[in-house]
Amino acid sequence: MTVFLYIVVALLIAISLWQLSKVIKIYKASKLETEVANNADNKTQGGLMLGFLIFLFLFVVLGYVAWKDVLLGTPASEHGSTYDLLMMTSWAIIFPVFFLTQFLLHYFAYKYQGKEGGKALYYSDNMKLEMIWTIIPVITLTGLILFGLFSWNDIMSYDFEGEEEPMVVELYAQQFNWTARYAGQDNTLGEANVRLIDFDAVNTLGLDTSDKNYEDDVITKELHIPVGKRVHFKMRSQDVLHSAYMPHFRAQMNCVPGMVTEFSFIPTMTTAEMRKDEKIVAKVKRINEIRAERRKAGEELEDYEFDYVLLCNKICGKSHYNMQMKIVVDTPEDYAAWMKEQQKAKDVITVAAN
Amino acid sequence: MSHDDHGHHKETFITKYIFSIDHKMISKQYLITGIIMGIIGIAMSMLFRLQLAWPEEPFKIMEILLGDRMAPGGVLDADSYLALVTIHGTIMVFFVLTAGLSGTFSNLLIPLQIGARDMASGFLNMVSYWLFFLSSVIMVISLFVEAGPASAGWTIYPPLSVLPQAIPGSGMGMTLWLVSMAIFIASSLLGSLNYIVTVINLRTKGMSMTRLPLTIWTFFVTAIIGVVSFPVLLSAALLLIMDRSFGTSFYLSDIFINGEVLHYQGGSPVLFEHLFWFLGHPEVYIVLLPALGITSEIIATNSRKPIFGYRAMIASVLAIAFLSCIVWGHHMFISGMNPFLGSVFTFTTLLIAIPSAVKAFNYITTLWKGNLQFNPAMLFSIGLVSTFVSGGLTGIILGDSTLDINVHDTMFVVAHFHLVMGVTAVYGFLAGVYHWFPKMFGRMMSKKLGYLHFWITAVGAYGVFYPMHFTGLAGLPRRYYNNTSFPIFDDLADINVVITIFAIITGLGQLIFLYNFFNSIFNGERATQNPWRSNTLEWTTPVEHIHGNWPGDIPEVHRWSYDYSKPGHDEDFVPQNVPMKPGEEELHH
Repeated sequence: MTVFLYIVVALLIAISLWQLSKVIKIYKASKLETEVANNADNKTQGGLMLGFLIFLFLFVVLGYVAWKDVLLGTPASEHGSTYDLLMMTSWAIIFPVFFLTQFLLHYFAYKYQGKEGGKALYYSDNMKLEMIWTIIPVITLTGLILFGLFSWNDIMSYDFEGEEEPMVVELYAQQFNWTARYAGQDNTLGEANVRLIDFDAVNTLGLDTSDKNYEDDVITKELHIPVGKRVHFKMRSQDVLHSAYMPHFRAQMNCVPGMVTEFSFIPTMTTAEMRKDEKIVAKVKRINEIRAERRKAGEELEDYEFDYVLLCNKICGKSHYNMQMKIVVDTPEDYAAWMKEQQKAKDVITVAAN
Repeated sequence: MSHDDHGHHKETFITKYIFSIDHKMISKQYLITGIIMGIIGIAMSMLFRLQLAWPEEPFKIMEILLGDRMAPGGVLDADSYLALVTIHGTIMVFFVLTAGLSGTFSNLLIPLQIGARDMASGFLNMVSYWLFFLSSVIMVISLFVEAGPASAGWTIYPPLSVLPQAIPGSGMGMTLWLVSMAIFIASSLLGSLNYIVTVINLRTKGMSMTRLPLTIWTFFVTAIIGVVSFPVLLSAALLLIMDRSFGTSFYLSDIFINGEVLHYQGGSPVLFEHLFWFLGHPEVYIVLLPALGITSEIIATNSRKPIFGYRAMIASVLAIAFLSCIVWGHHMFISGMNPFLGSVFTFTTLLIAIPSAVKAFNYITTLWKGNLQFNPAMLFSIGLVSTFVSGGLTGIILGDSTLDINVHDTMFVVAHFHLVMGVTAVYGFLAGVYHWFPKMFGRMMSKKLGYLHFWITAVGAYGVFYPMHFTGLAGLPRRYYNNTSFPIFDDLADINVVITIFAIITGLGQLIFLYNFFNSIFNGERATQNPWRSNTLEWTTPVEHIHGNWPGDIPEVHRWSYDYSKPGHDEDFVPQNVPMKPGEEELHH
């Protein structure tokens, strides 16, 4: 029955459109107007160009005011402040250029709207002008490229000479969860390969038990790192591509099956400190207001407390959107206490007696 | 092939409308197919935007359009969400903005604007279209296979695209995707070779390369990039097929899934990423350059002024084309490749900003002191410059390897590339349709509806993609089915609703275009021969299409195509076939 109704409605709409097109046709024939823009059109559309310019600027500015609070906030790693500075520098170039070019484009469109009998200037070239807008970008970009390259080399360098030895941690990705493996006292990860995975022996990461380095490794489902100490992550994946994304630390690296990838940073704020950060406090407050409203609407939700997160940021399958691990940045003392409670790999994995 | 008897072929319905070898008809075939694919692609984005704004809410429309398998009870399921995202990307990038855009306008304009009777090979041209049609059909059919269509993202990175155990779409759906794309690439190569040969060999007397309209320059350069880079994607796809079906290990190694170790050993997904982006990045410019060429032509015509910096425009197109082939690594800064490579790619990538800036400023200067005629095509061209600038500027952030670390693969990227290549190229496409509709169909589209269409789209496009930058900078990854699993993203809910509402308005706004387009084919006002008072040769052909384009001799060209408002002439345009007056100088060098 409903299907029948839909068909009737569709038919009625079709008929009315058909009638409408006829009316328009007769109307047009009577007005002798062509489909080429005339003076009146140029005037309206030129005016709308100016209107659009105002809309665009208001939207960009008011949008920023309304939504700036959702941004990530204070970086929680040492290189994070360089990252944010470079980001700010880039925005400082982007916004003026945006406002200038959009203004010129739309303002010219408004100002030079066509008039019948109007004259356009036959003006096809100006070497000097073109050199100006070639050379200015060249200079600006040279600066940006250099700034970017120096930061990139700093961040991606795994040569830690002259620094205290970084703590080695493996991030292990699989559909759809994360595991962390600490290198332990010797700070050397035991060899591993997915071919050695053996669930019966509780060897879920495929550790090679013939390499004694594995013995003091510690496997956890939560990532704890001590503040102020460089962590050297080594990433592995057992099935498809994943990406270890730690937005608050401005850190990300893909996890690639068949190879080990790396990233390192120094966390600068403990979870407790970050929870007191002005921006995070405001953000958490807002989120809890939203959650309170949703609770009223009948959802079961707990209040939210800030935690660092590790997200998967490379499409990896059905539950890609929920592949996460909590990250806790501790004081060195808390970290040591937490680590003490964790079991060593040799106490977890059963090694077959030969 | 002789065209002496043009107009006197005995044409049946089949040779005229189906297996036509006339470039004008083939161009219409590309256009209609492109529009149909566009409807599918855009409709998909509406559906997954509904899910993102109101996660897991049931929608009747989902149930009707997607059925019980993809949206049980009207709720889009997570696998199907990925399928929609994947196919939306594939269709929009390849089927609409590559084949639809280049196929339509290269075919229509290359022979008409260079003064040729047809393409160098009409037969190959026909084959190219029908291969494209076949690949479109296969891509659409893949939507209906049992386990769902390809769902590994339009970039189909292995191992996800190889293992049905990892995602169901990597079974039959992915096979059909690969078959479809292989055929698509064959079609694209045939088309491109034809364009290149035609532009080089069939220009009419006097049509030197420095008198070519910029449209032809961009189509020509686009075809060259296509010929250089599409075969690499074909190789990548072939190796992927080998890994999927014949047990080779080009891209896979050390995989443990569903409780078992797979046999793959020694391959690397990073290799695939290199091969994919070796096409994938030039592809951005394959999409973009024709749109820029169309805009150059339309802005000059409707400003009644020469395009500013004609030679600089050609130089910047060439520079962009060259650079586009050596920047692919900026998609892979954090893929695990050597960071030193990242430095090189940052350098080459940011260089692209220079020719792009030149183009943007040249467009703006072309408007300066013009006598602007706001036909709908002109509005879309100005809109194109606007989104090209806005989207391009955030490229400075993404092209910088350091900054890419934290915004890579987030919604920020989605916002960036949709503005700079998605919306921009769609504007170019629409501008082209409005401008050359009279040439294609002998009738005019309604300008009033065109204006309405433009303003809805212009406001909507920024409404969708400007807020999206914020969700990306907040750390929200792309291709997330919802963001409710992370309380930290709870405050993005409002923005997501704003984006979706704008998306729906913009999407519905396109219905105005569809109505205007199809209605005007039958009921539009009859077109005059040169409605926009343009200089290029296509407007010297009769309104009624004839085989061979010109009834008599092909016109001879005496000047470049941008002599608008030239002093010493009565009219404000001087078509290319008008001989130089005694003592008149060709003003551009």
